[in-house]
Amino acid sequence: MEIDINRLDLEFQAKIDSGKTIEPKDWMPEKYRKTHIRQISQHAHSEIVGMLPEGNWITRAPSMRRKVTLLAKVQDEGGHGLYLYSACETLGISRDELFEQLHSGKAKYSSIFNYPAVTWADMGAVGWLVDGAAIMNQVMLTRTSFGPYARAMVRICKEESFHQRQGFEIMLSLCNGTAVQKHMAQESLNRWWWPSLMMFGPRDEESTHTEQAIKWKIKLKTNDELRQQFVDQTVPQIELLGLELPDPAIKWNEERGHYDFGAIDWDEFWRVVGGNGPCNRERLSARKEAWEKGAWVREAALAYAEKQESLREAV
Amino acid sequence: MNKSLYDYLILLGDSPLILGHRLSELCGHGPNLETDIALSNIALDLFGQVRNWYQYAAEVHGEGKTEDDIAFLRYEHEYRNVVLTEQPNKDFAWVIARQFYFDAWHFSLLSQLTESRDERISAIAAKSIKEVTYHRRFSSEWVKRLGDGTEESHIRMQNAIAHFAMYKGELFEETNVEKEMFASGTGADFKVLKTQFDSFTNEVLNDAGLEIPQIDWTQRGGKQGVHSEHLGYILTDLQYMQRAYPGMQW
Ligand SMILES: [Fe+2]
Ligand SMILES: [Fe+2]
Repeated sequence: MEIDINRLDLEFQAKIDSGKTIEPKDWMPEKYRKTHIRQISQHAHSEIVGMLPEGNWITRAPSMRRKVTLLAKVQDEGGHGLYLYSACETLGISRDELFEQLHSGKAKYSSIFNYPAVTWADMGAVGWLVDGAAIMNQVMLTRTSFGPYARAMVRICKEESFHQRQGFEIMLSLCNGTAVQKHMAQESLNRWWWPSLMMFGPRDEESTHTEQAIKWKIKLKTNDELRQQFVDQTVPQIELLGLELPDPAIKWNEERGHYDFGAIDWDEFWRVVGGNGPCNRERLSARKEAWEKGAWVREAALAYAEKQESLREAV
Repeated sequence: MNKSLYDYLILLGDSPLILGHRLSELCGHGPNLETDIALSNIALDLFGQVRNWYQYAAEVHGEGKTEDDIAFLRYEHEYRNVVLTEQPNKDFAWVIARQFYFDAWHFSLLSQLTESRDERISAIAAKSIKEVTYHRRFSSEWVKRLGDGTEESHIRMQNAIAHFAMYKGELFEETNVEKEMFASGTGADFKVLKTQFDSFTNEVLNDAGLEIPQIDWTQRGGKQGVHSEHLGYILTDLQYMQRAYPGMQW
């Protein structure tokens, strides 16, 4: 029996190495299943918690065009949540259980959404930086080993890059606008910059899952590599906007061929991950409230569907 | 400018604007993801229609008026939405009842406007009717689901249907400009509107096992610019950026 499991394990890894995808019906190590439930659900939760900071600006958007694009964007994030929950369900866990894990605090979501969206410029900065950072992770995941996850990512990435462009375009309008608008853009960039860098997770030496994740193609690059790539991509965009760099330590390093940047406040990172960021409690309670208030609606829908089913059977 | 046509377009655009605003407040807070997405979809459709009406109104007005001036920079008494659309999202049954009455009326109105003598109006109506056909199906299916779901949902749905009945009369009160538009072949026949509305809503409520509210009075005022207390708060949100940062491009 021992030998059989080992053989299955080897075959499983060989399959991944050869570039084939793992499908829900295929045999998989228990750890692979668990890791994927954790990661995909965390990703799904991030999408729906991520609807909240931007959602709070839909009613206040400054023009009809911006209102419609923002609402469509936030709705897209809901759609991403839906694909991801569905992908996760193929691993043998229900959506209700996944929500239960989110609400109890057992499952995490991206910490970036625990920061407040306080000005209209934040709708620009979030799209540009936060969706921008998310894309870097997600483009990589289109080639991940678990088929349903990889396929969900292909759909999601297309929309995310649209969100990023839209966010940048909001920033550009502000930067081409009045002094007040440009100030709003600068202030927002300054606030979102560090949390965006934190989105890539802890430094490589502190990241516990990296090696296994690379083997299963959940990660093709390390946290620090992705973070550097993000900085390298974003600094020229900041310059294009004509904004000041949010970190005085940002400087091109000829030797490395990369931008150097300042030290991240990891205490803040761990504090927010641990539940003590500016909006952790608000975000979680908004999700819980929506779920609890919706309970009677979901029960009614279920009861109705059952009645309809038994009517059909009676015919 | 053609004042009557402008006023008429404002009447057509304001109700979907305010209802879309209410629906957009729910984005991210729905009872499940599918419903959340569907309600946002309806809000998006309504805002799309609003933009068509306002862009046309802006052209009719001339003098450089834009859709955003119309959407964001009027005083409260200049908004002409029916008071039904301002009512808050108290619970999901309220959201559905409000939507159900609105959709039944909106569908019938737009079907008539597809025959409008004004080509721009008939084109906008023809595009919108496809969306509103879906809205009406969505809200009436939910009326049935909640009406014939659990005991709790039945009570909640029945209460909401009864509550919102006092707002439906205004939908059929014809203003002077609506009379004028009907007479000239541009607008809708309100008698047909009422008949179609009653037969559709009665049928759905019957299917849902819900009592049809008997009511002989109505809340009114929105179409004359006299609103419920809710509109002021809606405009505080809606107009915030345009009022706080006047004259800027976004
Ligand atoms: Fe997303
Ligand atoms: Fe996004």
